[in-house]
Amino acid sequence: MSYTFQFRDVFASWPFLLQGLGTTLYLSTVTMLLGLAIGVAGAAARLYSGPFLRSAVGAYVEVIRNTPLLIQLFIVFFGLPSLGLRLDALTAALISLTINLGAYSVEIVRAGLQAIPKPQIEAGHSLGLSGVQVFRYIIIMPALKLMFPALASQFILLMLATSIASQISVPELFHAASIIQSRTFRDFEVYSAIAVLYLTLALTLRGVFATIYKLAFDQR
Amino acid sequence: MIREFGPIDVLFLVGAIRWTVLLTLAAFAGGALIGLLISVMRVSNVLVLQAIAVCFIQIIQGTPLLVLLFVFFFGLPIFGLPVLPWIAATAAFSIYAGAFLGEIWRGALQSIPRTQWEAGGSLGLGFAEQLRWIIIPQSVRIAIPPTVGFLVQLIKNTSLAATIGFVELTREGQMTTAATFQPFTVYITVAFFYFLMCFPLSQWSRTLERKLHVAA
Repeated sequence: MSYTFQFRDVFASWPFLLQGLGTTLYLSTVTMLLGLAIGVAGAAARLYSGPFLRSAVGAYVEVIRNTPLLIQLFIVFFGLPSLGLRLDALTAALISLTINLGAYSVEIVRAGLQAIPKPQIEAGHSLGLSGVQVFRYIIIMPALKLMFPALASQFILLMLATSIASQISVPELFHAASIIQSRTFRDFEVYSAIAVLYLTLALTLRGVFATIYKLAFDQR
Repeated sequence: MIREFGPIDVLFLVGAIRWTVLLTLAAFAGGALIGLLISVMRVSNVLVLQAIAVCFIQIIQGTPLLVLLFVFFFGLPIFGLPVLPWIAATAAFSIYAGAFLGEIWRGALQSIPRTQWEAGGSLGLGFAEQLRWIIIPQSVRIAIPPTVGFLVQLIKNTSLAATIGFVELTREGQMTTAATFQPFTVYITVAFFYFLMCFPLSQWSRTLERKLHVAA
């Protein structure tokens, strides 16, 4: 081991890394919201709609969950222009990440909704609750509680996966790191520095989700 | 020279699949060893070992795989190893698989009731013997479906090895795109091949889950 670690150049580019971190946070937040919306809509379609829409959503989920995110990004960013649809890198990344997260969310939300036993819903009706009340107190709140942990870890995986958007030149954290690397040649230092940043972000997110869970569902 | 995307390119892609498969298998083998160690450390009674295992899982699961790959790729020369993509890829994917398999298998080990350990203890078995003869045999059936499910994640994630120049299916796709300039056709084909590998495994994992769940 005769290697001399030099973090000085990395720390000198601190503002640049922070800028990348901002884009990472933006990508993650927008994708989480849109992905969750797709998840709820898709799960509703899978459970309550006609056979055509049901199998269409099923096919969407299977195709997306069984192909790599990197290839999905490449198809949207490099492939679609040949069909006449030219997107900038950030939009392409937002679209692919949302489609990707959406497929996983559909499955999580569907499993959560299906986990509510039918007799419980019938019991609600026989107690004289209205349809809205049954949905509000008997289906949604318990189902949300059930699906929350799985959704939270899927969101954290998504946040980490936004690093893949660097491969289509989205200026997020990983991309910022590779630019610093090509300027300073301090490759190991810069990548371990962003590893720490991502780790901090992941642990913070986990803490935030745990707090939300406690506030929303532990009402005793 | 730009040429049309033809049957020969499809053959190149098919040829590259074996490197995806090989990398997946190598990472799975390495990950299984690490995962076994980590999961056993998690259920051991030694607090220090538990803490080390928890930290390992938290750190690896909280870092993007892409970053892990690059840290290994550029970290190799520090330890006097040559900068070869396949070494970095195998090492990074093994560590990554180790953290996730460790967590999956810990869950399986912990799902066995405490009384089973105690029964083993009262028969005079030590920790290792209880684990080997009582706990592991019972937890394998619980662990198999999520392990197969993780294999799908692993296959898909080996596509990231393309970023450090490891020539597998995705990298081959990039090179084919450079030669034919038909990214849409090429990447759809690549996606189709990944789907062919992953979909049967996903279905199998689901079937296993249903079967083992009902039998329990």
